Amino acid sequence: MGKWTRRAFIATGSLVGGGLVLGVGAIALAPNRLRIVPKRADGHERLTTWIKITPDNEVVAVIPHCEMGQGALTGVAMMLAEELEADWGRVRIEEAPAEDVYANGYMLRGFGAEMGMEVPRWLERAVDYGTYKVADFAGLQITGGSSSTRSTGQLGMRVAGAAAREMLLEAAAARWSVPVGELSARSSQVVHGPTNRSATYGELASDAAAIKPPLHPRLKPRDQYRLVGTPQLRHDIPSKVDGTAQFGIDVVLPEMLYAAIAAAPVPGGKLAAVDPEPAKTVPGVREVVRLDDAVAVVADGYWQALQALRALQPQFTDAGRGAMDSEQIYAAHAAALDAVGSGDAPAGGARTIAAEYRVPYLAHATMEPMCATARFADGRCEVWAGTQDPLNARRVAAAAADVDTADVVMHNLQLGGGFGRRLPGAFDYVEQAVRVAKALTPRPVKLIWSREEDMQHDYYRPAVVARMGSALDAEGRPISWTSYFTGAGFLDAPAAAPIYGIDAPDVRVVDAPMHLRTGSWRSVASSQHGFFMESFIDELAHAAGRDPLGYRIALLSGKPRHRAVLERAAAMAGWGHAVPEGRARGIAIVECFGTRVAEVAEVGIDADGAIRVYRVDAAVDCGLVVNPDQALAQIQGAIIFGLSAALFHEITVERGAVVQRSFPDYDMIRLANAPRVNVEFLESDAPMGGLGEPGVPPIAPAVANAVFALTGQRLRSLPLRLA
Amino acid sequence: MIEFTLNGTPTRFEVTPDTPLLWAIREQGGLTGTKFGCGIGACGACTVHIDGVAVRSCLVPIAGVAGRAVTTIEGLASGLELHAAQAAWIEHQVPQCGYCQSGMIMAIAALLESNPRPSDAEIDASVTNICRCGTYERIRTAIHSLAGKAEVSHG
Repeated sequence: MGKWTRRAFIATGSLVGGGLVLGVGAIALAPNRLRIVPKRADGHERLTTWIKITPDNEVVAVIPHCEMGQGALTGVAMMLAEELEADWGRVRIEEAPAEDVYANGYMLRGFGAEMGMEVPRWLERAVDYGTYKVADFAGLQITGGSSSTRSTGQLGMRVAGAAAREMLLEAAAARWSVPVGELSARSSQVVHGPTNRSATYGELASDAAAIKPPLHPRLKPRDQYRLVGTPQLRHDIPSKVDGTAQFGIDVVLPEMLYAAIAAAPVPGGKLAAVDPEPAKTVPGVREVVRLDDAVAVVADGYWQALQALRALQPQFTDAGRGAMDSEQIYAAHAAALDAVGSGDAPAGGARTIAAEYRVPYLAHATMEPMCATARFADGRCEVWAGTQDPLNARRVAAAAADVDTADVVMHNLQLGGGFGRRLPGAFDYVEQAVRVAKALTPRPVKLIWSREEDMQHDYYRPAVVARMGSALDAEGRPISWTSYFTGAGFLDAPAAAPIYGIDAPDVRVVDAPMHLRTGSWRSVASSQHGFFMESFIDELAHAAGRDPLGYRIALLSGKPRHRAVLERAAAMAGWGHAVPEGRARGIAIVECFGTRVAEVAEVGIDADGAIRVYRVDAAVDCGLVVNPDQALAQIQGAIIFGLSAALFHEITVERGAVVQRSFPDYDMIRLANAPRVNVEFLESDAPMGGLGEPGVPPIAPAVANAVFALTGQRLRSLPLRLA
Repeated sequence: MIEFTLNGTPTRFEVTPDTPLLWAIREQGGLTGTKFGCGIGACGACTVHIDGVAVRSCLVPIAGVAGRAVTTIEGLASGLELHAAQAAWIEHQVPQCGYCQSGMIMAIAALLESNPRPSDAEIDASVTNICRCGTYERIRTAIHSLAGKAEVSHG
């Protein structure tokens, strides 16, 4: 049974053995507008968000997102329980399997409203621009874009919960022959006050399944929330303290073999030749598999496979890029920018200021290296991996196995970090695993990348060069703003638009040659443009002889939420008050994914000249906070993630290949140099913003601005290094 | 053939003697809670205890544990009772992706064994594991909450 509502298509049915199942239809994206897609080509409604209520009064939330530590599954389920008036202790969370019915078009709708229907940059490689196929959008089951809670939760699960609650109330009204208005729902029970009767949701679920879903499920007003806004324990944490959590690397199958792989070091290169003999002398080695651009060794154990792989001397071509190095890459960026404009500051005003900024390629360096396990037998393929979009990964596996998508079963496991590395367009590890497994038919093969392979074959955060310029009037206010930068396309432009009140900012992007494969890196284009914009506005403030906080506030007169987070972060940090000897503070604010974050960094210089961040104070406005402790965790973690990049991370190229290999030359913040982080949330009634990414961008400029305040050195490239 | 004690159980592995302990316990032992992060001892995701001392198992050849006692994250709890560090990790909601946390918890359990009330400087010096999700603030809070409470127990 199904019904269209103003918002969506709601479908219901009975569970085998009794109970209620309810799904809410997906909204898919059309080229120029939002469009509701009622039927798939095969005539089945497309359903995204499922809840189940079982006869033993358990509510099951089937959520089409993956868990990579962001706690989204718990937050989304909280939103369901809130509207459903479910007993939180009786809500169970399941990650949706990689099936089309769980495609999460809601996320795209969330983006549509936010971004004027442009395709978010981190999705673009999943999109067929040639045909702009709706199907390609609707077929996503993605976790990215800081979207799970605000899209699936806000647009899907709340509706599902509210609809199910109303149906349960109606079922009780019919059973007891009383008006619905006399009933109340609370803690997974329906109660009839006048006769003191009650029934659990489980007892009513089968009756409810026969009731038409409501046309306009009524959502609770926020001031009646009981669960949302309270700190709740994440459902996945117990398995992460005793070793039982199953990550992609952990699957164990009968007869399983292990594979190590070496792909062409220069992007675009192919495997020219390899003598397999040195590998075959290693005990336990089963096969040397030649792929188009890689060689893999399959053995009884991973260590044997890796040792055997390292005994090989494969010859790769270099796609004509074997002479490329970082210097040439940046020279190409400069040449591309020269074609756009001089980069000089615009004329006019009392004085002009111009500066060139630069950020490097970055690797994701998830703690769990890329890995996937595949088995090919009888024309069917089964894959086990942790990905941010199992539906797309399934299609990649089908193509690699040369079978129909229907003949692929995709098992999505926990992700040992994602940060954008496991998004669609970057499923090379899935493709490799399937190809290798096909060569070993019918045995399953677990492919694990070494750390070095992972570091050197990423889809890197793009390197960007930006030429910033501004003219200041006699009072030091900017009357113009230019930002000419290299990038991967027009989609970067929104992140480069200044938040400050400046007339007609001149923001231009020029395609730069992308030698390395590039992809989405936590906070995407805001990771680069937050640094440029917030460093440059700091330069303007100092040029104007003004306090960097007050200067920003004055330019944000129409933006009270921006001002509020700036003022709160500054107050938390003691801005304007004395700093410990040898330290200074810097401030920055970035808005991305609908969330505003201001951060103040307190910075000193170690005896060896290294920049040391002692303390970070952050104020965040993401609208509604669903699970406060996990919201806090996301900002705490994002600051550390951004700080590792700001201080240490740089992917460089020599002879066409990536130089960095592992953590010693791509170092991370650890306990010893992790700053103390204080975070406060300024809640508002504004639309929900994301939380997984927005904490990242402000930290690099906040630290750079503090370094300037401390040393007078304006560091315009990352990672930050004193001259 | 290598004989040693794994989580309290006498164990025999038939692997080449240079196989790192990490891969032996994951593949022969079937204990996948110990994680591979870098293979060069830089990240600590593979941390286990050998005779009560935290070591990075990717650097220890299996031959090196002959006759010794190895404890992994699966053996840290005493039966159904979590080790104090594991309980604190839940209480303080430390893990995010969780991939590094087996090694992190093993490193900290060993630290607390030898130094039940570590100072911040002692924590910094002895726990050098990487957490890519950046959970350090909570790790530090959880360690301090444990000061003096850690159970003396290694499976």
